[in-house]
Amino acid sequence: MPMLNHMLRWQTACVLAAAACAGCAPALLDPAGPVAAGEKTLLINSVAVMLGIVVPVILATVAFAWWFRVSNARAKHLPEWSYSGKLELLVWSVPLLVIIFLGGMGWIASHDLDPPRAIASKQRPLTVQVIALDWKWLFIYPEQGVASVNRLVIPAGTPVNFRITSATVMNSFFVPRLGSQIYAMAGMEAKLNLMADRPGRFRGLSAHYSGEGFSDMAFIVDAVPPRQFARWVATTRGQGAALTPQSYLALARHKSAERPFTYGSVPAGFFQAAVKQAGAPVHETDEGGRES
Amino acid sequence: MFGKLTLHSIPWDQPIPLIAAAIVGGALFATLVWTWRAGHIPYLWNEWITSVDHKRIGVMYCLFALVMLVRGFVDAAMMRSQQAIAEGNGGYLPPEHYDQIFSAHGTIMIFFVAMPFMIGIMNFVVPLQLGVRDVAFPTLNNVSFWLTASGALLINVSLVVGEFAKTGWLAYPPLSELRFSPGVGVDYYLWALQISGVGTLLSGVNLVTTILKMRAPGMGYTRMPMFCWTSLASNLLIVAAFPILTATLAMLLLDRYLGFHFFTNDLGGNQMMFVNLIWAWGHPEVYILILPAFGIFSEVVSTFSSKPLFGYRSMIVATMVICILSFMVWLHHFFTMGAGADVNGFFGVTTMIIAVPTGVKVFNWLFTMYGGRIRFHVPMMWAVAFMITFVIGGMTGVLLAVPPADFVLHNSLFLVAHFHNVIIGGVLFGAFAGYNYWFPKAFGFRLDEFWGKTAFWLWVVGFYVAFMPLYVLGLMGMTRRMQHYDVPEWQPWLILAAFGALMIAGGIASQVMQLYVSIKRRKDLADLSGDPWDGRSLEWITTSPPPPFNFAVLPNVKGEEAYWGIKSQARENRELSETPKYEAFSIPRNSPTGFVTAFFTTALGFAAVWHIWWLVILGFLGAWATFVVFAWRDENETEVTAEEARQLDDKRRAAKARMLDIPAEATA
Repeated sequence: MPMLNHMLRWQTACVLAAAACAGCAPALLDPAGPVAAGEKTLLINSVAVMLGIVVPVILATVAFAWWFRVSNARAKHLPEWSYSGKLELLVWSVPLLVIIFLGGMGWIASHDLDPPRAIASKQRPLTVQVIALDWKWLFIYPEQGVASVNRLVIPAGTPVNFRITSATVMNSFFVPRLGSQIYAMAGMEAKLNLMADRPGRFRGLSAHYSGEGFSDMAFIVDAVPPRQFARWVATTRGQGAALTPQSYLALARHKSAERPFTYGSVPAGFFQAAVKQAGAPVHETDEGGRES
Repeated sequence: MFGKLTLHSIPWDQPIPLIAAAIVGGALFATLVWTWRAGHIPYLWNEWITSVDHKRIGVMYCLFALVMLVRGFVDAAMMRSQQAIAEGNGGYLPPEHYDQIFSAHGTIMIFFVAMPFMIGIMNFVVPLQLGVRDVAFPTLNNVSFWLTASGALLINVSLVVGEFAKTGWLAYPPLSELRFSPGVGVDYYLWALQISGVGTLLSGVNLVTTILKMRAPGMGYTRMPMFCWTSLASNLLIVAAFPILTATLAMLLLDRYLGFHFFTNDLGGNQMMFVNLIWAWGHPEVYILILPAFGIFSEVVSTFSSKPLFGYRSMIVATMVICILSFMVWLHHFFTMGAGADVNGFFGVTTMIIAVPTGVKVFNWLFTMYGGRIRFHVPMMWAVAFMITFVIGGMTGVLLAVPPADFVLHNSLFLVAHFHNVIIGGVLFGAFAGYNYWFPKAFGFRLDEFWGKTAFWLWVVGFYVAFMPLYVLGLMGMTRRMQHYDVPEWQPWLILAAFGALMIAGGIASQVMQLYVSIKRRKDLADLSGDPWDGRSLEWITTSPPPPFNFAVLPNVKGEEAYWGIKSQARENRELSETPKYEAFSIPRNSPTGFVTAFFTTALGFAAVWHIWWLVILGFLGAWATFVVFAWRDENETEVTAEEARQLDDKRRAAKARMLDIPAEATA
């Protein structure tokens, strides 16, 4: 069993390795969708504003430390100088002004890039329901009636409306090149809207530590042209196993990384039931205090 | 009889913890045998273990923190080496071991390195700076220390008996609930923190009382040294925040032991409640750590620039503003929970506002340096490195406070880099500055400068090499706590970071060397005047080391920078101040209360972890009985006569006269 897991892990690894390095730029600085692009701009703007105050402070620290060294007789000596009203005003107001500006930026951006906020587009959004399991991701397409494990296929240029929950511990659903992450929590339903501008393969992962298999909890995101997406749905539907309460429980209990595969049918209201169920309790026993 | 404890509980199949434990255990045993053979046990028992002297307790706290720093660093080194090699393979640490290591690393570094280091320095310095003879509750102080040690002992025991938590240092449920973590790891974590948390709370109560009620005559609030102010703020935060931690962990304990459902997935439990509560403690906690460090830097920058602290009152305001605001920002630790734009926006803005008083502090340190005559001894070097490093850490912190930026940086290595940037660059650099600065006061000799500077450069450069790559990795989308990964582009940065950790190891080795060399050369490095740095506050008026009662006569404070005023006057008049009138006074007796209590609480914690119920009861009763016995003791003080006080003070005055080059006849 461990051997098999290992091989599966390797296969996923190879696919993901290929996905990770498209141009090899840092993922967050190479956005592939409007949310990620907005966040990149915000990131760069905020850093630029702050560098305006940080760089002078660092330079002044080095300069003062050097110039006022004890061996420098040319330096001004002010052994009693410890107060200046004007300077006090300046040292309080400069950081305050910077923070008012940044705070305003942050407040506006919080609203513009709020995860539940729909992305403006002429395309009708696609709904994908996401369930975090130990240690894999299940993606349900309620309108299409199919489901996929560890591989998320989405049409490029179409907003995707994610509904996210967990059937186990807390995880965080994150596709760095598409933008915002959000926690997946049992019994909760998080809303997240993302969009891929153009076709591509991206790396998705859980960004919140969730136990032993956490490091393998990565998934592939394939943004494909809408037609190809329709084809994928058509070929997937009716093929392979059906997602039923039984197959779902088997999937949830199989605690390892999975090679991507799909379910050909999904009963209506499956996701809502999973949210309500909040992860069926499966108590485990241990021997001698150490978990094996 | 032994609850869940069996022979199987010891990880015979894992060589790393067994070998580590054998080495540590062997070293401890050898030290103990050596101490016993050399006849030092009575000295240790009477002068240190049972001491209620705030200086001795402070020193023990710092020593304890340094030892635990090594333990925490070994964890860090293992993590860095694992990640440096685990590209596309499992590395050498399997997940169940790696997950324990990062959980232990965080827990140890925060609770048993940063906290005791800061509490130790506050314990040592605050009463001296206030010009008083001890803290408000000396015996309680000893109890606090030993309770902290008791918690740390439990964590170290988990290395060989059972296992440690595999949940991360904050043990978020539901992962930390019985369903997902059925082993004893989380129980070790919980009991260790509950026991040491009581110690921390008591020490907070103690120091707040000391600062509010026990200042030398004339030492008004606006005459207290900056370090006393930041200590006050920090301890107020301890008193306000630690009960939240205790209550939160108690709820998790109820979930795990008695089947409650505070934070479970099922039956109405709510994990988000835990996350909110733990950060309602956790965010003030970071200010509990950094505020005393700000105080240390204020003292160091002012002393080594030979100038009063610039904008003293403005610094007080900044400190207290941080103290209050620190309770209003906790939600920024989980913007990604999905609370909504208004809530996220609000907490983003409050978080950024903290940057204002912090910025003020940095500017004030800058202007303290301006026009000074800066002497670059080791503490001052740490202070300058801190100012540069902390500004960078502050910038990335404000960046993370912008909610949408946090949506992509949360839980990434960028975040890891940020908090190490402020905790190492702020708290640890501060602790090292304080350690070098006040060491001569504690022991009567300075620390060796060469090894101090070597340690400084290795640490500072090592820090940058170890953590700047993590910022890059965060931007590359690498998340924290990964046991292995499959992105080849990450590996070079992780190797670089591991190299940085190696340099830090060199820094730690240099610090050990510094201590060794300094002890060897203590005659050359002796501080005979009690004032090796030309200090400005009252700790430098007394001898190094100070007598058990600190001051023969409590100093009379006539302004800010009490000692500087007295010293300047003596310099001007070419004579010391008038000989004071000596009176008899009493000082508290030593007490084994703390040690005995901690012995029982350790037994209690261990027994609770393993469900050995009879021992839980015994441990609880023992700890309680110790307190009762202490409460009933008749004689808890000894008297120092006026004559003894006068004799000691004469010596001190003679040394001061020599230092100020005042003729001996003028001292009488």
